[in-house]
Amino acid sequence: MNQSARRSNFLIWVWTLFVLVLVYLPIVCGALAGLSKSRYFGFPVARWSTEWWSRALESFEVQTIVKTSLAIAFIVTAVAVVVAFFGALAFARYDWKGRRLYQKLVLLPIFFPQPVLGLALLLWFNAVGIQPTWQTAIFAHLVWIVPVVTLVIAIQVYGFDPALEEAAADLGAGRLFILREVTLPILWPGVWSGALFAFLLSWGNFPLSLYTTGADSTVPEWLYSKMVAGYTPMVPALGTMSTLAAATLLLAGGLIAALLRRRAAGKAASA
Amino acid sequence: MDDEAGRVGSGAGLRSAPKTPPDLGLAAEATLPAARGGRGTAFRLSRGALCSLPVGLTLLLGFVAPLATVAAYAFATPKSFDVFRSFTLVNFAAIFDPANTVWQSFAWSLGLAVLTVVALAVVAYPIAWGLARSFGRWSGFISVLFVFPLFVSENVRLYGWTLFFLKNGVLDGTLKLVGGAGPEVLYTPGAILFGMVYVYLPFMLFPMTLGLAMVPKDLVEAARDLGASRLLIWREIELPLATPGVLIGMLLTFVLAVGAVAESKVLGGQSVIVITHDIEIAFTYAQNWPLGSALALLLTVIVGALSLTALAKLDLDRILGRR
Repeated sequence: MNQSARRSNFLIWVWTLFVLVLVYLPIVCGALAGLSKSRYFGFPVARWSTEWWSRALESFEVQTIVKTSLAIAFIVTAVAVVVAFFGALAFARYDWKGRRLYQKLVLLPIFFPQPVLGLALLLWFNAVGIQPTWQTAIFAHLVWIVPVVTLVIAIQVYGFDPALEEAAADLGAGRLFILREVTLPILWPGVWSGALFAFLLSWGNFPLSLYTTGADSTVPEWLYSKMVAGYTPMVPALGTMSTLAAATLLLAGGLIAALLRRRAAGKAASA
Repeated sequence: MDDEAGRVGSGAGLRSAPKTPPDLGLAAEATLPAARGGRGTAFRLSRGALCSLPVGLTLLLGFVAPLATVAAYAFATPKSFDVFRSFTLVNFAAIFDPANTVWQSFAWSLGLAVLTVVALAVVAYPIAWGLARSFGRWSGFISVLFVFPLFVSENVRLYGWTLFFLKNGVLDGTLKLVGGAGPEVLYTPGAILFGMVYVYLPFMLFPMTLGLAMVPKDLVEAARDLGASRLLIWREIELPLATPGVLIGMLLTFVLAVGAVAESKVLGGQSVIVITHDIEIAFTYAQNWPLGSALALLLTVIVGALSLTALAKLDLDRILGRR
């Protein structure tokens, strides 16, 4: 590497680290506000306190919305992974007549403003006479999350050699057997990453929940409504907790994904 | 289309076609219909089409149908709920009435979106280059650091910026310690732009990285060995080959920024009204669903036309499969 390349490399590192600091700065600010004793945030923090954290944890209202958010995220994950698994096979594995069109259709909801999609879903529920509750929010989340998970799994499918499936078929394996013993184990890391994405994106989603939960409320919705009116430091406290929960899950999920990837690599090598 | 047709004929798997010798590919195809297709039904879907059904159904019921409902409402009598029973262009007439100032919201949304895309292209390019080329084993870890904020609710992060810029907030408080005062940034269009660049960074960064990863390293090295300057290499090799990814990033961030609403509310106060806010007001306070639908339909047409034209030019197999 010559001198100028090394210098530009250094500058790229500096720039990346600077942007990363900016990325996490507001999250840190929220953590500070949730841990300072005074009702109205001021910096430097005069007195620290965990009061707002414990008050948030004890609040019945907060417990209810956390439960709602978790229920939505779990169901969305379960459904999205199954639907997107087959969706990804259609996206990347098979050559079929409508594939190009299908690939574009899958991308459209991702390339669409979520607040508008949320309102459109609300109108549609109204038109067919469905009362919006947290269950309808599950469906709304799926409309956006299924395409994302499909793409995540599809990237894994692209790296998958169909000859393995064909070899198994030639040796007389049935369709289900191939799915269970060949296809799934190899695609498992992608499926796992997809599940992680589904859960976390549902947990953090605001624009779709806002219009489709009806009288129920999720964590991001509650935070927003309190930011607009009736602010308490419970807002940044709960926001920080929600962030930490997501980080823990991502860390645990990432470790499992790394493990699965290693196992899958071993299997593909021995196959 | 031509290359696709060529591949369809040569085998069951799209990846197997270039890898396996042609006779083997034909053999695989010959075994497949016999093994799988002996049901004898008149109407049979291919396996790909079958696999696409669950996703297709979700999108039909959750994306196409809602948008159709919006379209239907857009032509209904204003301030009424008799959708499918009346047809009128009054809502659109109201939007295009010169006395109406809704065009300003459209202009703000489109203008802010263009600025966001430009700013993001500049901010993200060096990082994407680093991720694709020079970070090596750190790439994965740095990517995760950039992905993570996606999972934190947008309004929590934007609110964090309010706490940073607030009077007596982190910036102001720090500057006061050294005897200065924080600049007045909150509740200005600049703050909204900043918020958008912040929130949509990952949506530019990752497609861009995918695009740059498609540029073959040896090609760049060959050009360098032949004496091409860095600028020439960038203009003639790197940028053209990375274009699909860069284009996806720009399209994605533009579309998302046009439909953004949280940034203008949390960071912008009421200094600027964006179009999504107008739409929301029509639906909530004004209870004028047909007018709101007409606005939403107009936005959808703009966004949809742009997305479809851009997507038509992209080969997704090449970008996502890195081939």
